Amino acid sequence: MGKKIFLSIPVKLIAIFLAAVMFSGCASDKQRRTDEDFGLDSTEISEDLLDDIGTAKQIFYSLPSPLETAMLLKSAGATYNEELLNPVSNTSNYTTNRTMALNLGIYTTDLSFASLFDQTQTSIDYMNAAKQMADGLGILDAIDNNTIERLEENINNRDVIMDIISETIMSSSSFLTENERPALASIVLVGGWIEGLYIATSLVGDSPIEDNKLVERIVDQKLSFEWVLKLLEDNQDHPDVIAIMEGINDLKSTFDKITITTSKIQPVPDEESNVTILKSESTIRITPAIFNELSEKIRTLRQNFIS
Amino acid sequence: MKRIILKIVVIAAVAFVPFTLNAQCKGFAKKICKVELTPYIHDGNYHAAMLTIGEEAELYKTFYSDTDYRISVCGSDELPDIEFRVIDSDRNVLYTNKSNDYSRIWDFRLEASQQLKIFILVPATEGLPEDILGGCVAIMFGFKEK
Repeated sequence: MGKKIFLSIPVKLIAIFLAAVMFSGCASDKQRRTDEDFGLDSTEISEDLLDDIGTAKQIFYSLPSPLETAMLLKSAGATYNEELLNPVSNTSNYTTNRTMALNLGIYTTDLSFASLFDQTQTSIDYMNAAKQMADGLGILDAIDNNTIERLEENINNRDVIMDIISETIMSSSSFLTENERPALASIVLVGGWIEGLYIATSLVGDSPIEDNKLVERIVDQKLSFEWVLKLLEDNQDHPDVIAIMEGINDLKSTFDKITITTSKIQPVPDEESNVTILKSESTIRITPAIFNELSEKIRTLRQNFIS
Repeated sequence: MKRIILKIVVIAAVAFVPFTLNAQCKGFAKKICKVELTPYIHDGNYHAAMLTIGEEAELYKTFYSDTDYRISVCGSDELPDIEFRVIDSDRNVLYTNKSNDYSRIWDFRLEASQQLKIFILVPATEGLPEDILGGCVAIMFGFKEK
């Protein structure tokens, strides 16, 4: 492990100042949460664990990244349809921080989707589109010309491409978070998440929803929707977040109509592979009418985001 | 005059250092923690915090069925081994690295999609210097392409 030295300033006085600032200045320090955040039942927990929960200094809500979203779509049997992507010709329409952040997420999801389906030229085009959004937001060095060149040089090397995309997502997110712009970082994630849902629901179209893997993945997003709301609530005073909250909140009434029931998880370690299988079963309940309602709301919201 | 200069230096340092620390945290996450994900594909998300002894962090994430995941939790050198637990929505501890020699990684696959919590603690450890102010703790996720 590489040696990392933090706070090596020798003057004690300065160190005390720095400590105070450092711990009060973390960009996304959150108010301490209660157990209700996780829907926990206090009767099923040991005393030690109870002491730990809800006392954290920092709380993160993690949404599926554009790369994970694209992978989930592909593994659920999605087919590639370029017409579903936000055209790169739209980039010039986005001039505000809100629209650039939303479409940075959207273009990064489109880039991930195209890359996983080996659409080489489209991947380059969408990396350029994402670059324009990142540049517009002042995200320095997240996507530079070197990134595009590396992508072009390794366009047939899936592993390198995945690495370039994940690095791009990480650099954009960390830049915004570290520069006191967590609201925009959350908007980028929400844009990418909605794009994934839009592609998925569009691909299902009028197909039957029974025994449909893609529909199961869409239903699963009810579980991530909770984190979407928490993420935005943490930044609810920001005008750009306020501007998208109404549309996001509108999804809640539809997600609430979907039921997911899961049995108790049983961890079963596999000593040979060193992978633990978390065994459990789940049942989902959704009707074609609810699915159509969700699809329509997603389509409207996404249209609003890319307009 | 010297006192004024000292004050200016202190103020400048106070204003500048959080950004430096954050940048160092990103560099640490990228160079150390991300490498631990190999051969899994890093999902691109970035979660890192400056923590000190006794402090905790929590991360909430939905993990999807039939997907191979790796969690990587690592702390910078000045911190002791970082403890992490994976907890389900019924508060059951599914994994704790404390029972696994404080391993920095955990590989798992779910049969059904679940909301899980990753609980992170910088434990108090005997023998550490008293003047440790903190260090970077990063939490990263990788998956395998199907």
